[in-house]
Amino acid sequence: MSAIFEVERLKKSFGGLDVTKDVSLSMARGDRLALIGPNGAGKTTFVNLVTGHLQPSSGRVLMDGEDISRFNPMRRVRAGLVRSFQVTRLFSEMTPEEHVALAILQREGKSGRMAENFHAMPQVMREMRGILETLNLGALATVPVGEIAYGQQRLLEIALAMALRPKVLLLDEPAAGVPHSDTFLIENALAQLPDDLAVLMIEHDMDLVFRFAKRVVVLAAGEIIFDGSPRDVTEDARVREAYLGSYAHAGSAA
Amino acid sequence: MSATDISTSAAPAVHTGRPWQRDLIGIAVILLAAIGGYFLFPDNLALLTRIIAIMLLVLSLDLVTGYCGVATLGHAALFGAGAYAAGIAAVTFGITEPLSMIGIGAIAGAVAGLVSGVVILRGHGLAQLVLSIAVIHLFHEAANKASTYTGGSDGLSGIAPDPLFGLFEFDLWGRTAYAFGIVLLVLVFVLLRILVRSPFGMLCRGIRQDPIRVSAMGASVKASLIKMYVISGAVAGIGGALNAVSTQVVGLDSLSFTNSAEALVMLVLGGAGSLYGAFVGTIVFMWFEHVVSAANPFHWLTIVGALLITVVLFAPKGLYGTAANLAKRFARSRP
Repeated sequence: MSAIFEVERLKKSFGGLDVTKDVSLSMARGDRLALIGPNGAGKTTFVNLVTGHLQPSSGRVLMDGEDISRFNPMRRVRAGLVRSFQVTRLFSEMTPEEHVALAILQREGKSGRMAENFHAMPQVMREMRGILETLNLGALATVPVGEIAYGQQRLLEIALAMALRPKVLLLDEPAAGVPHSDTFLIENALAQLPDDLAVLMIEHDMDLVFRFAKRVVVLAAGEIIFDGSPRDVTEDARVREAYLGSYAHAGSAA
Repeated sequence: MSATDISTSAAPAVHTGRPWQRDLIGIAVILLAAIGGYFLFPDNLALLTRIIAIMLLVLSLDLVTGYCGVATLGHAALFGAGAYAAGIAAVTFGITEPLSMIGIGAIAGAVAGLVSGVVILRGHGLAQLVLSIAVIHLFHEAANKASTYTGGSDGLSGIAPDPLFGLFEFDLWGRTAYAFGIVLLVLVFVLLRILVRSPFGMLCRGIRQDPIRVSAMGASVKASLIKMYVISGAVAGIGGALNAVSTQVVGLDSLSFTNSAEALVMLVLGGAGSLYGAFVGTIVFMWFEHVVSAANPFHWLTIVGALLITVVLFAPKGLYGTAANLAKRFARSRP
């Protein structure tokens, strides 16, 4: 299967500090990939490089074979590369209904229209309701987002990503800030994502990672040190060392 | 409490009402207030017309500040551009047909909006505010220097608009100008209601609340803001042109920093982010100014200052915004 999303030898250094060293990664349609790594591994830098918020020192990013390295963040979104945020970024005075409708209108190139209201657009309304129902947000459709619970705001982040119909979705810690007991809600929502969508998820919650991901990539000190199945990752010596340092071997020694 | 609990306990679907019905009520209120003003203050029609012109300026400011979150102290540049364009068209080029003058004012305002938008939107926050002050001073100075066309510091006089539709003379009492102003205001109001409810209006509200989220949706923040600035310019330009038609003079004060700052004060007073707030703020401020300055010409600004501090501290959403919130809370608390 051909790659929908490719990162080729991406490098980034701030002054003399190499934060991203030669990272290459490729994803096919329908991939469910988790990017993990200890704090300071360069995960956020990686996301920012890929989404165009940071300029890489060298390397390329390709979508569906097209080089998007020179695109600004907005054009990358239009090319089908959508991200969610680690801390929710929503419009606090607007309702979930308006959020999703705006995303749909934007996707269809209608967000610049100066007349009409989305309430009078049956297609937009139908799709919007569908997405909100899928994520169990139907009852909150007309409540300002500032008044709804954080867990549901996280769900709305996912709803927005769905409404934009990306080809590649980068989820930056989708369960961050959600109580552990509610992670299943996020997990259920992620299970609703279209099958052919390639999803790259950064996450610290290992239970979520192991249930969601078909493939795990470990980033440590700006380098990919592991790329393989979730089953193998815990056994990998380099991964253990990256997370545990010298304690990695403590278990066997004791 | 878990997230699932909240979804079941939160009040479903707060009643939003039928928006068009509310707009019709809004228009009815404007018309009633207009008729009331006409009969209650027949000797003050010139002042009332000036209030309408300034209302258009404040509405225009509301579009960029209240809806898009752009901080500006230079918005009178757009108003003044409309006023001077209409005035110069009449005096220098002999275009004295009032509707054409308004049209020219709208175009000039839109162009001024484009120019100042391009400059002001290069900055953010404090830099944006400083750029806007620079813009208004540049416009002011340009009008001052181009005295051949603008009359410089003497003002541009001798604007003699034709009768409206060839029928209604602009009379000494200002009846025609007042009626003309009301019709323009209602027209602009209807168009702006459509605009703020449109997808574009929703996008702009999104930009105010989180521009990064908007760009993560793939929309261009800058292009949208500039578009709104041009629309805003047209509205302010209509206000300026109306002022030129009704007073038949244009002074440098229309392009002043003071005019810009006062417009912002009126908007904050009434409540930014709502068209009604712009109306309420303008009427309260200008009426207050009129009454208090007559009663106490030396200390009226002190009283205006005190009023403003009270509103900002105790009703940060402005007079209209706070009243609307209270009404909403009242409606919700009832079963």
